[in-house]
Amino acid sequence: MYNVNEKGFYGEFGGAFIPEMLKPNVDELRENYLKISESEDFQREFHQLLKDYVGRPTPLYFSKRLSEKYQTQIYLKREDLCHTGAHKVNNTIGQILLAQKLGKKRIIAETGAGQHGVATATVCALMGMPCVIYMGAIDIKRQAPNVARMKMLGAKVVAAESGSKTLKDATNEAIRDWINNPEDTHYIIGSVVGPHPFPDMVARFQSVISKEVMKQLKEQSHKSKPDYVLACVGGGSNAAGIYYDFLEDTEVGIIAVEAAGKGVSTGESAATSQLGRQGIIHGSKTLLMQNADGQITEPYSISAGLDYPGIGPMHAHLYASKRAEFISVTDDDAMQAGWELSQLEGIIPAIETAHAFAVFKERKFEPDDVVVINLSGRGDKDLNTYMEYFNL
Amino acid sequence: MQLIMFKKLCLYNRNMNRITKKLKAPHKLLSIYFTAGYPKLEDTVEILKRLQDSDVDMVEIGLPYSDPLADGPTIQQSSTQALKNGISTKKLFAQIQDIRQHIEIPLIVMGYFNPMLQYGVSQFCKDVSDIGIDGLIMPDLPYDYWLEHHKDDYEHNNLKHIQLITPQTSKERILEIDKQSEDAFIYMVSSSSTTGSQIGFAQEQLDYFERIGSYNLQTPQIVGFGIKDNETFSQATSHAKGAIIGSAFIKMLSKRGLNGIDGFIKNIRQP
Repeated sequence: MYNVNEKGFYGEFGGAFIPEMLKPNVDELRENYLKISESEDFQREFHQLLKDYVGRPTPLYFSKRLSEKYQTQIYLKREDLCHTGAHKVNNTIGQILLAQKLGKKRIIAETGAGQHGVATATVCALMGMPCVIYMGAIDIKRQAPNVARMKMLGAKVVAAESGSKTLKDATNEAIRDWINNPEDTHYIIGSVVGPHPFPDMVARFQSVISKEVMKQLKEQSHKSKPDYVLACVGGGSNAAGIYYDFLEDTEVGIIAVEAAGKGVSTGESAATSQLGRQGIIHGSKTLLMQNADGQITEPYSISAGLDYPGIGPMHAHLYASKRAEFISVTDDDAMQAGWELSQLEGIIPAIETAHAFAVFKERKFEPDDVVVINLSGRGDKDLNTYMEYFNL
Repeated sequence: MQLIMFKKLCLYNRNMNRITKKLKAPHKLLSIYFTAGYPKLEDTVEILKRLQDSDVDMVEIGLPYSDPLADGPTIQQSSTQALKNGISTKKLFAQIQDIRQHIEIPLIVMGYFNPMLQYGVSQFCKDVSDIGIDGLIMPDLPYDYWLEHHKDDYEHNNLKHIQLITPQTSKERILEIDKQSEDAFIYMVSSSSTTGSQIGFAQEQLDYFERIGSYNLQTPQIVGFGIKDNETFSQATSHAKGAIIGSAFIKMLSKRGLNGIDGFIKNIRQP
C-alpha cells in the first residue's frame, strides 16, 4: 500500500518520465535489478561487504541523557559509524555490485555536499572501476575537503556549470552523461529519487537499516517494535532506509523532518512538502519546489545535503496519504540540536542529521514511547559550518 | 455525388494538419529549432518570420525549461538566458497568439513535460491549438504514458504527438510507434546523445539511417541531433524525409543575431 507498485508508482507519485534516449538504460536496470539483487550470490556478497568493509551492523544505542531530557525513550541508529561517515555507502555498495553483474565498466554519480560522491568514489576504488562525479560548480567551492577526498580516492570530479550550479544541476549532468554513454556506464544515483526503478532500488539497499532496527530493538527493549521511526529528509534515502520495513505496519509512526532553512515562508527554505507542488523532477513525478510556470526553483538550507528541490516519490506518497507526519525545522533549531547532542551524548552529528533531533523541541512524545532516530551521518564534514555558527 | 465528394475533400484539406500536408511535399524538409525568448525576449515572432522568409519548411519553437535533461550546453544556455529574459509558457503564448496572421508553415512546440503539467495538459493542448500550433514534442513525456493518459487531448485539438526514436530503440517499438503516428513524423535522434554534442556523422550513424530506411515505415522520419551544415543535412536526409537543426542555429544566433538567419539557411540548402 505504501511501497512501490509494479508500474513504478507510489500512489500517484513516481514513474519514469524520461526521454527516449534514456529508455534502454532504465529498461535494462528495471528488468534486472530485482533478479540480480535478490539472488543468493548477490545477497551473500552484499552482506559480506556491509559487515567487513562498512562495519555493519551499526549499533542501536539507547540515548540515556537525551531520553531523560525529553522524557521519552530515544534510540539512535548509528549510521554515522559506517565507513565514510554516513548511510550513503549502503547504497553505493549495492549499486556497484549490481553494475558489475550488468557488465558495466564505468561509474558516474552526482553529489551535492559530497557525501554521496565520496561514498561512490570509495566503492569504485574498492572495485577498481573508473569513476566520474558531477558536482555543482558552487558546491565544489563550498565543499573543498570532500572534493579532495574524492580525488584521493581516484575519482574525476566534473563541475556542473549549467543552471543554478548545485545538486539538481549535477544530477542533470549525470543523467546527460548517461544518455551519451548508454552501454558501458552505470549511474549510481545517491538518493531515493530519479526514474523508476531507482527510488525502489536505493530504498531496498538502504532497508538494511530498518531490518537491523527491528532485530536490535527486540533484543534491547521491552517493545518488539518502535512507536516512531524518525529521520531527516532531503531526497530521503536515510529516511527510506529506516522506514522501509515499517511502512505497512501502521502501529509504527513515521516522522519525516525537512529543512525549513530560515523559515518556511522566508523564501529561503527547503521544506518541499510545505512549499512544493506535484510535478516532474529528474524523471520522477513527485512534490517539488517550482514557480507557477513549472520552472524548478532553488531551495535553501544550511545543510547542503537537504537542499534538494524535490523529495523521493515514496515520501511524497507518505505525505499525501498522511502515513507520515512531516515536520520542518529551521537552520537555527537544527544547529542547536546538533550542539545539544554533542554535549549530552558525545556525538557530533552531520547538520542534515541534526535536523531530526530538533523534533523534540517541536513535538511531545509519551514517556513510554520508543522513538528510533536515524543518526544518518557524522559531523566531521560540517566542522567549518559549526565553527562559524557557534564562533568556536 | 461527385460534388459531395469534392466538398468533403475540400473540408478534409482545410482541416488537415499542416505537418501532414507539408510531409507530402516532394523535397527534403528543413526544420529549425530555436529557443523562444532568445537572444532577446521579444525576438520570437521576428525569428519565425525570418525563418519562413528563408523558405524553412517547419519550425520547432522551444519552450525553455530550467532543467532540460535531453539538451546539451548550447540549448541549456539559451534556455537559461531566455528564462532570465522573462519567458514563460503564458508569455510565449501571448507572443505568438496572432502568429497565424503571418506564418503559414507548420509550427511545433518543443518543451519538457513539467511546464505543460503545471499549465494543465488539456488546457495547454487547447491553447496551443487555438494559436495554430500543429504538434508537440515533449521528450520526457514517455510514449506509453502519453498513449494511456493524453492521446485524447492531442486528438481533440488536432495536435500531432511527435515521438522520438534513437539507435537503441528496438525494431518492435519502432513499428508500434509507426502504427500510432498517424500522418505525423517520427523524430529520429541521430545518436545516443544530448543535443549539439557531435562532430559530423560516423559510419555507425549512417548505418542506422539506412537501417531505419529499410523498414519502409508508413510514417516519414525527420532526423535531429548533429545536423549543422549542408553535408550533415544531406547525409541525414539520404534515407529520411527531412532534418532538424537546433544547436547549430542557436550558436549562429548568439554570434550573428537575427541578421545571420537567411545566410545560415541558404548555406544549409546550398553549400
